[in-house]
Amino acid sequence: MNELLEFISNNLELIYILILAIFIGVELIKNVPSVLHTPLMSGANALSGVVIVGALLVMLQADPNDYLALGLGFVAVVLGIINVVGGFAVTDRMLQMFKKRK
Amino acid sequence: MSITLSIIYLISTITFVIGLKMLGHPETAKKGNFIAAVGMVLAIIGTIFLHDFTVSNINYILIGAALFVGSLIGWLIAMKVEMTKMPELVSLFNGFGGASAMLIGLVEYGNNSGDIAQTSTVIAAIIIGSITFSGSLVAFGKLNGSLKDIRLPKYNLINNVLFLGLVAFGAYIVMGGASSTLLIYALLFASLIYGLLFVFPIGGADMPVVISLLNSLTGIAAAITGVLYGNMVMLVGGILVGSAGLILTFVMCEGMNRSLSNVIFGAFGGDAVVAGATGKTGGTIKKTTASDSAVLLNYANKVVIVPGYGLAVAQAQHVIHELEQVLTEKGVDVSYAIHPVAGRMPGHMNVLLAESNVDYDKLIEMDDINPQFPNTDVVLVVGANDVVNPAAHNDPSSPIYGMPILDVENSKHIIVNKRTMNAGYAGIQNELFFNTKTSMLFGDAKSALTELVSELKNM
Repeated sequence: MNELLEFISNNLELIYILILAIFIGVELIKNVPSVLHTPLMSGANALSGVVIVGALLVMLQADPNDYLALGLGFVAVVLGIINVVGGFAVTDRMLQMFKKRK
Repeated sequence: MSITLSIIYLISTITFVIGLKMLGHPETAKKGNFIAAVGMVLAIIGTIFLHDFTVSNINYILIGAALFVGSLIGWLIAMKVEMTKMPELVSLFNGFGGASAMLIGLVEYGNNSGDIAQTSTVIAAIIIGSITFSGSLVAFGKLNGSLKDIRLPKYNLINNVLFLGLVAFGAYIVMGGASSTLLIYALLFASLIYGLLFVFPIGGADMPVVISLLNSLTGIAAAITGVLYGNMVMLVGGILVGSAGLILTFVMCEGMNRSLSNVIFGAFGGDAVVAGATGKTGGTIKKTTASDSAVLLNYANKVVIVPGYGLAVAQAQHVIHELEQVLTEKGVDVSYAIHPVAGRMPGHMNVLLAESNVDYDKLIEMDDINPQFPNTDVVLVVGANDVVNPAAHNDPSSPIYGMPILDVENSKHIIVNKRTMNAGYAGIQNELFFNTKTSMLFGDAKSALTELVSELKNM
């Protein structure tokens, strides 16, 4: 119990951010028309590619002789950037179709 | 971390919030996507050039190569893919994001000092990342048609026990401070297995909900790695996706009038259910030809087209637009009835029809079109099945009972284009086809519609 309290008091800022971000996410999506669900899902998917930043940090911090860390980091960066580039590009392509009608 | 980098991360985080907000409105969606993408590029470039580690050139070269290769692959896939394959693609990309989180966790476990908070984040990233990765691949395969539903006996029990086991295993590694790499690989492997077993029993028709859920999980995995690095853009970006994805999941479940637990544990379209449902429908069907259908459409005042996934599979979205134009020229009032889950994802059908230049105003949502069916002369159902199944209203034993549907049976005449009499995606039979007002126009959507168009032009 004490450990938990300690953890909370040490990370109070983090917890504030976490809770506020959850509410923002919910509020942003709540009233979206179903027409946009597919592009939205695809766009949110691209955003989750932000994990690439972590993959870059892995590679930046890896010892050049630590082949395992470098190799795993390399694959993580490739997969992460596919998620980012592919996700945003395909969302754009989808939304392009909505636009040209107008 | 340099102050410039912190400010860049702050800007990126703000673009994510604004981008996501703008993605929710039809007029601003495209710009929103662009703004979020710019924020992402900023975060990536900032991370590479403004960090304060000493990094050897080898690492830089490898990073550059990885970014180049990955961007190229992502771009090519995104540009080449057909719009009908969109749900699969989102699933695949999402799986890659999860795999990335899993690998980060794996590497960071090796660097970890044994601090409990740090180890828990690493373990959580590995578990959630792996589940998302293997789960998304199964969802991809199912939407692709290359994987079928597999249900082990007592799969719910097995899955739940396995999940609890995973959590306990993870907690054991955290608490015991066990430093064996072997254990971590075992945990990763078990998580991958759980991801497979989690998605395999869920029916193909429910995959969009699963993808949305897995998407939310990837966000959470990203947020967890953000905690690990004390990196705000990852934390906030990940949580945004996590909560937005979860809400989207619930909204989609609502569209099908089912609870999330029913989707996950319900085994929709299971064999037993199918047998029960098919027993109820009997009687004769009435076949029709393209020329008879053309006559019917030609002399109608109001026609409503109900497009389904079958239309997309046959790549008939352009022909249907042509049909609509020909009818409009003849003075027929034509509109499209769009069920919230038409296609494979909510909004998927809108994307497909938009691709073939169908006028936005002609796409009518379910709640607005349903009161119009009694005044409709002909409803043309193309490749749709479950969304027009009256069993949702009047057969409590049907698995789709309670799902809101398009009430096409209230119109004066119904033409159903289908390839065969096979049951729909949900695996249940449709009594609409046996209705006396219904005529069945069998054949591939594209060739049947092309024939209809040429018959109409000759009239």
